[in-house]
Amino acid sequence: MADPTEQVSLPDVPDPPPPARVTYLRFLWRSLMLAFDGTWRFYAWMSVLTAIALVGYHAWGQQLLNGMQVTALTDHVSWGLYIANFTFGVGLAAGAVMMVIPAYLYDDHDMHDVVIVGEILAVAAICVCLGFIVVDMGRPDRMWHILPFIGRFHWPVSMLTWDVIVLNGYLVLNLHIVGYLLYMRYTGRRPRRRWYVPFVFLSIFWAISIHTVTAFLYQGLGGRPFWNSALLAPRFIATAFISGPAFVVVLLEVVRRFGAIRVPEGATQTLTKIMRITVLLNLFMLVSELFTALYSGGAHAAAVKYLFFGSHGKAALVPYIWTAVVLNVASAVLLHHPRSRTSSRWLIAACVCAFAGVYLEKGMGLIIPGFVPSTLHELVEYTPSITEWKITAGIWAFGLLILTVGLKVGLAVWSGALRDREARRAAK
Amino acid sequence: MSDGTKPTRRVALKVLGGTLGAGAFAYASRPIVEWASNQSLDDVLRKHYKELTREELAQVLHDLEAETKKLHGVDVHIEDIPPQEGVQFGYALSLSVCIGCRKCVEACHVENNHDRRTNNSYIRVLEMEQGSFDMERGNADYDHAVPAPGKYYMPVQCHQCDDAPCVRVCPVEATWKERDGIVVVDYSWCIGCRYCEAACPYHARRFNWTTPEIPAEEINPDQGYLSNRIRPQGVVEKCTFCLHRTRKGRLPACLEACPTGARVFGNLLDPKSEIRWVLENKRVYVLKEELGTHPRFFYFFDV
Repeated sequence: MADPTEQVSLPDVPDPPPPARVTYLRFLWRSLMLAFDGTWRFYAWMSVLTAIALVGYHAWGQQLLNGMQVTALTDHVSWGLYIANFTFGVGLAAGAVMMVIPAYLYDDHDMHDVVIVGEILAVAAICVCLGFIVVDMGRPDRMWHILPFIGRFHWPVSMLTWDVIVLNGYLVLNLHIVGYLLYMRYTGRRPRRRWYVPFVFLSIFWAISIHTVTAFLYQGLGGRPFWNSALLAPRFIATAFISGPAFVVVLLEVVRRFGAIRVPEGATQTLTKIMRITVLLNLFMLVSELFTALYSGGAHAAAVKYLFFGSHGKAALVPYIWTAVVLNVASAVLLHHPRSRTSSRWLIAACVCAFAGVYLEKGMGLIIPGFVPSTLHELVEYTPSITEWKITAGIWAFGLLILTVGLKVGLAVWSGALRDREARRAAK
Repeated sequence: MSDGTKPTRRVALKVLGGTLGAGAFAYASRPIVEWASNQSLDDVLRKHYKELTREELAQVLHDLEAETKKLHGVDVHIEDIPPQEGVQFGYALSLSVCIGCRKCVEACHVENNHDRRTNNSYIRVLEMEQGSFDMERGNADYDHAVPAPGKYYMPVQCHQCDDAPCVRVCPVEATWKERDGIVVVDYSWCIGCRYCEAACPYHARRFNWTTPEIPAEEINPDQGYLSNRIRPQGVVEKCTFCLHRTRKGRLPACLEACPTGARVFGNLLDPKSEIRWVLENKRVYVLKEELGTHPRFFYFFDV
């Protein structure tokens, strides 16, 4: 392992004349302005995302007004699409740390050049998670009840309070790291190690914690045999390190095309190597869980049987889970095929399979069987309502808006392009 | 400008886009604005039950009565009934006697001001197969004459666990165990996350997916703050052993409605109580005992 105290070099940037001292607020303002400026492609992309986000926002308003009867949730299946997406989103946020670890812990220079992409992704993904939590609440007007010191924070007993701490903490950590590094870059100063290195290392542990705590939310419930397994947290981590890197590989490909910075091939290669291990690990753990449930039978098997084969003529999840299995196996095969090293298209196909497979398996495939059969062994099925889909699409669109703006601004500052442009403008 | 559009045209397009965007945002905001205007600040800022002083509590009860009048058109009396000293409630049900008629389900529905459209109740009766305790072979949706041959019946309601998973998981302490053993919910504090519903092994909790609808003349006006007052939309509710009755020395509505005498309710601390006699002399069974929730609800057999 590299000495973590060693200074990691920043990518070489031509030195433009140093701009006048800019305050942090002014820097944020200029960044915001940049978010409203771009090519027609950028405008089209942002408009589509805004439209979808607004549809979701409107649907959420209707849900608040008319109650959660507009969802397909019941007292039997009381969590559904929202919590499924929340869980997946936490994995995505945690998975981004797979760029931070090589960049800072192993001093991987290629990764260090683009690590900011991972940190911005973490911010966007956490915003998505918080969105899903808010829309799942029956009474978001009482949100203040869950604030430490102000409301009645049931810490440390309730795992949900831990989740509040770790998710918001992770958001703040990443906002600080990204904001500080970009601000220093923008003002042409060298970042001071004590203002970011400790936070980066903290964020590594924190990333693991967000997904561990989220797994503990479910696996600590003795009344839900499907979740009450010690393997849940390890599986969460393994799948996070599939979905995160898969998303980033595709994102880096997009940045290569549209972004202002050079994306080293080494970064993509490292992420691919990580995925080659985690896809197999996840499949192995899946087999282990299936074996335990099906070979021993009994109550533990009921949910697994329902999920994979249907039960008493009810089989709403069967197509989901088999699609997930096929995608996960396909991604494992594609990632281990030699062409994944040479063809970026091949690699992207593998990543899309991996991402979609994990989304299905860890979303609906994980949450719903916790409730079917119910604790009294009733088989009440759940298929999300149109309102739930609208809100879900809206939140993801909102997340992509944050990601797009974050990357556009972040990369423009990171590469020095913004500074150059402003310097040129000032010179005129 | 990188795409070569003329600046003036570009500005015009931007203004047009901005206007359209603002319009779309205003339209999309309509339901949430309507929702927000329906919220009362008093309700949003209401304190946790345990933090209310006597005067504040009296005011809250008064406000809630006025709110019920406004929303449901009925005069009701909402009381805060504290637990009695020296009382620990326990409930037992004879699986040998119960015939599965679901009179208890109905009585609960009426007593506790449940939503009429969903026919909600805190009790679910499982029709079980003779010779099996496996709930997988049970059925809660039976619709035929009872008792059916080869079946026995197991009503399930809140077990008022001493180690209640629902209380443990609540992130805002909106649900807790009272001194007399009853697990209650502060409907004015619950945030509606439904973690408790996921945690409960007995399917004892219900969520108010919408504001309960009850015809004014059917509303039970004798209400408790922590029990059967009409719940607001978006919060969780549960069986409270009818604390608005039992803390005043009456019996739970489900027990009074039972035509077979299968139900036994009482003070576990009273050595002469029927519940103590049952627990000491009958063969007693605790549902999902292996989960370590230590229920206050027992099943027994008359043999």
